[in-house]
Amino acid sequence: MLPLKEKDKAIVQKLLSSGCCARCVLRFCCVRLQAVYRQPPQGTLGELQDFIKPQESAESTGENKSHDAPVPPQTPQCADPPSKRAKLEPSQPEEGAAETVPSVCVVCLGILQELCDTTQALKIAEAVKMEKYEFDSLVLSVSLPAQLCVREHSCWLHVKKEVREKGLLLDKDDVIPLKEAFKWIVQGPIAKELGGVSVVTKSALEVAVEFTHQPTDADCHFLASACPDCFKPTKNKQSVFTRMAVVKALEKISDAKFLRLFACPPPQPSSCCVPQGVHCLHLSVFIAGRYNKFCRSLPQTPWVIDGERRMESSVEELIAAPVLSAFRADGFNFSSSGREDVDVRTLGNGRPFAMELLNPHRARLNHEEMKQLQQSINVSSDKIRVRDLQIVSREAMSRMKEGEEEKTKSYTALIWTRKPIKSEDIAFISDIKELTLDQKTPLRVLHRRALAVRQRVVHSMNVRFMDAHHFHLELKTQAGTYIKEFVHGDFGRTKPNLCELLKTDTDILELDVEVRHKKKVCV
Amino acid sequence: MDETEQKDTEDNAPSVIDRYYTRWYRADMKGKPCEDHCILQHSNRLCVVTLAETHPILHNGRTIKSINYQISDGCSRLKNKVSGKSKRGGQFLTDFAPLCRISCTDETEYTIYSCIRGRLLEVNERILETPSLLLEKPSTEGYIAVILPKFEESKSITENLLNREDFESVVSKRSVAESQPS
Repeated sequence: MLPLKEKDKAIVQKLLSSGCCARCVLRFCCVRLQAVYRQPPQGTLGELQDFIKPQESAESTGENKSHDAPVPPQTPQCADPPSKRAKLEPSQPEEGAAETVPSVCVVCLGILQELCDTTQALKIAEAVKMEKYEFDSLVLSVSLPAQLCVREHSCWLHVKKEVREKGLLLDKDDVIPLKEAFKWIVQGPIAKELGGVSVVTKSALEVAVEFTHQPTDADCHFLASACPDCFKPTKNKQSVFTRMAVVKALEKISDAKFLRLFACPPPQPSSCCVPQGVHCLHLSVFIAGRYNKFCRSLPQTPWVIDGERRMESSVEELIAAPVLSAFRADGFNFSSSGREDVDVRTLGNGRPFAMELLNPHRARLNHEEMKQLQQSINVSSDKIRVRDLQIVSREAMSRMKEGEEEKTKSYTALIWTRKPIKSEDIAFISDIKELTLDQKTPLRVLHRRALAVRQRVVHSMNVRFMDAHHFHLELKTQAGTYIKEFVHGDFGRTKPNLCELLKTDTDILELDVEVRHKKKVCV
Repeated sequence: MDETEQKDTEDNAPSVIDRYYTRWYRADMKGKPCEDHCILQHSNRLCVVTLAETHPILHNGRTIKSINYQISDGCSRLKNKVSGKSKRGGQFLTDFAPLCRISCTDETEYTIYSCIRGRLLEVNERILETPSLLLEKPSTEGYIAVILPKFEESKSITENLLNREDFESVVSKRSVAESQPS
């Protein structure tokens, strides 16, 4: 028994005769009982047709006492062509367009007809299965062509008169949304086919189903002239007629104007919507850790100029390869707390980094598996090493960059001097504390940085004599200090510099950074 | 630190300039004999204008009296100001744009030119205070100016310049000419 009341009859009558499918009729009658939508549509149609039968065709329950089940009258008393039930129906002549083949609904264009039947639901489930995600719940999202809003609006205006006359406090917003009804119908079969996963409103896995209907795409176009300010052409979007823009225009346009520009009820389509496939997207997973770099010819990110790779591999690619594989992710975003030059090694505890893994087909690894993943990265290359690898929250990515300026950095450099030196000549350097440098933007980065003078402090230094032209220099400096320029002077644009201090030309042959942070990174 | 990596011998250690810059030369600028300029082009396309070792200023024990970046009534290279990453506001120079005029104590005067097209980023103000820098370290601390060529022109600017090899052969031809009795 359909949860309909006497007052709904006029609406049902009007909608059925305009070519609405049974389920859309239920929507306009604000039927919220999900189970009703899941019944076979032909049955629902029959029930609706019976429902609107004129009074004399034995509406009275008295004549149907033999039936306990609440079913509308099955034996019409009148001589009219028998009311159709449970089967596919040629409707009565006055009911209009429906023929032996059920025609496409003028409002949903088939979305609530064949496009939500078990076959379709199975197709969606199959598409999800093929992707082989690890998941226990999913969110179903449906994308419908914008013109369905226009058709819905048209039907609404069609019955509005009836609604007002009956004194029904029915608002357009009370009508059950098309997407909701679609989900009510398909989510059960989908969940079942996927082995009992729950279809919920919020989940890490989003299954997006898209429908298009090209023949009626032009249905929206009249809105552009009626409400031009809703449709601003943007470079990014292909079509200006987005769902949002159309909805906004429909809110603005007056009923009278709408009725002048669009048919009410909407015109009969000759085809139904076309499913555009299923797109699955899993929420990103974030991992973090620390890396060491032992190679003096490895950039942090891929070095590509004019489409040509200038240096083989990179820190991020070496770390990403095993990780992407373990999480079966499509891509990644790499972020680190500072970075070092290609020719500088990263020693000590290592530099903190975080990675966002895009569309991971596997989102959870246990402690043991993470350890194995870390091991596989370390075994894959002797150029880098990773430690403290762990899964973290999204916030970790932004925290990566925090406090970069406050850190103290420790470096070790191999220095060459032009004039021969003795151990005593360089000893004084170890006594220098809190040396303030004025560094003009180094020429080697000036092409991509603003020209400025930066004050940076060298907190302390330590020397280890090697031979007449070489020694090791250890430095503890403020973050952002250009060490190489401090050593060779950068055409005198960093002052003071080591050349001045030692009164000879000096150059830096090797540099290592030892990253030390005040806070422990991540969890 | 890897101590087993022994670097080149003291004298042959490649300098910063050798490692990151390419030397280009303009000989006999504006037809004036031996007024050779050396442009140090960084791998990132920035160019540093310097005097070549053969420039007369660096010879015959000259001392610099003054250096003037005011090249005309309306234009001083000292007023050059660039801002931001795209270096807006820098004076645009062509090949023969004068950068500065140098007067020596022996009354000789020389004009130093840009030699390349591009945006002037900075001129070396330290040589105003310490002109001896120009004499002692013409290739490093005594540089004249830093110029940023247009991205599209970064390769073509060197078309009118000589590479090191060609420059050295030009120079050696001069010595031959000089040593030949006229």
